[in-house]
Amino acid sequence: MPCLQCQTSNVQWQKVQCQKVKIMIEFKMPSLGADMEDGTLREWKVKPGDTVHRGDIIADVETMKGIIEIEVFDEGIVEKLLIKEDEKVPVGTVMALIKPLAAEAEIKKEKLPEAKPVEIHPIEEKPATPTMPAHEGVRASPLAKRIAAENHLDLSAIHGTGEGGAITREDVEKAIGERDIKLKPRTPETPAPAASTESIRMAVAAAMSKSNREIPHYYLEIAIDVSKAMAWLTEANRQRPVQKRLLPVVLLIKAVAKSLLEFPDLNAVWENGLQQKKDINIGFVVSLRTGGLVVPAIHHADEKSLDEIMETLNDLIPRARALKLRSSELSESTMTLTNLGDGGADAVFGVIYPPQVAIVGFGGIAEQPFAENGMVGVRPILHATLAGDHRATDGLTGSRFLATLKNHLQKPETL
Amino acid sequence: MTEADIKIVIFQLLKQIAPDTEPSMLLPGDNIRDTLGIDSFDALQFLVALDEKLGIEIPEQDYGKTATLEQLVAYVQTRMK
Repeated sequence: MPCLQCQTSNVQWQKVQCQKVKIMIEFKMPSLGADMEDGTLREWKVKPGDTVHRGDIIADVETMKGIIEIEVFDEGIVEKLLIKEDEKVPVGTVMALIKPLAAEAEIKKEKLPEAKPVEIHPIEEKPATPTMPAHEGVRASPLAKRIAAENHLDLSAIHGTGEGGAITREDVEKAIGERDIKLKPRTPETPAPAASTESIRMAVAAAMSKSNREIPHYYLEIAIDVSKAMAWLTEANRQRPVQKRLLPVVLLIKAVAKSLLEFPDLNAVWENGLQQKKDINIGFVVSLRTGGLVVPAIHHADEKSLDEIMETLNDLIPRARALKLRSSELSESTMTLTNLGDGGADAVFGVIYPPQVAIVGFGGIAEQPFAENGMVGVRPILHATLAGDHRATDGLTGSRFLATLKNHLQKPETL
Repeated sequence: MTEADIKIVIFQLLKQIAPDTEPSMLLPGDNIRDTLGIDSFDALQFLVALDEKLGIEIPEQDYGKTATLEQLVAYVQTRMK
């Protein structure tokens, strides 16, 4: 009986193949937020036989939030693409099978003579992956050999331009480029994101409705005197060229991230109970000019310097507005931060983005009378709020978090 | 550069930052950010673009002097002299 998945009937091959199938990584249509139910594959960026590494973009998928670059989170060799381009599939559908690199060794072990089962049919010894021509006698740098091997390229067909005709990395990359062009005609530029104002609105509506339906919110607010933070920022910016200037929100992002280190229950998701997240990835709300919003993640915000956070914003915000984000940026936030900016409302009480358990809101900074040590003065005041999931935490935790946030903003030089 | 030339550059740069707006419809006394709905991030991008185009770096303490179209044009003219 043939293997149901690999369709081979040869007994030994079946065993090997079934072993392979069993250890295959199933690459599934990812969920890029609580609002996403399905996605349309627009383009595969890989083909069977390609080696992929963690973080590589392997597909473009169209969602209600535009065409998103989908990253892979494992290392391996693409075995099979199961979904055709322009096919729309639900979240969780297996799109491709990826053979983990570690599995290679396992499969080879299976083929050792002592591991062979008793078999009466002739056995076709097939390699688990396409074999590479031996590179003996070919002068090439170790790096060139490695890249060629990973890309299943025959080095003997390449003309070397290095010393003594040795093949260099550049020669290999050029050959790979030329081969790929032959294999796959260059496709036209990715079309503009198909997401419309309506589809973005529907995505926000779906996520916020789910939040309001399922999450029992509690709300807290604190008024923070940000004179020290603003004075520090003014001085810091005075010494910088305009390209390197920092925005006030950079201080807020870092202060929130540092505060979360002390309150891990707020850096978490609620999925069959509270699950703390190891990384602190701040989801930063970006308003779209045409209405609606998207929330890309600032990964490891607690570990980034203020300059690095600003650089991240310089990269993320224009891409968010152009709806050209990556899957990890849309799916890995561990807490959300919404910042109204100056000239608007004093405070914002956010709606938690499920399955997260908290959202911090900042209103505009405005001069207000402020009492301290028995004296009333006029100070730049920032109203920070926290909306928390009452299933996950209580108001006391949220209150302590806001007090910690306030303290961090009194010491901007330590952020 | 004449006042008209400066306005053309300003409109071009604002259009790049906020493509869906019509900067050329700004009146002299209009607050640029409020009228076009430009946030602090876009405002900083505009200053970077202005510096790269005209070589004029506007320090933070002068932001208040460049809020309206006529203020900004006058400021640029003064700095270019």
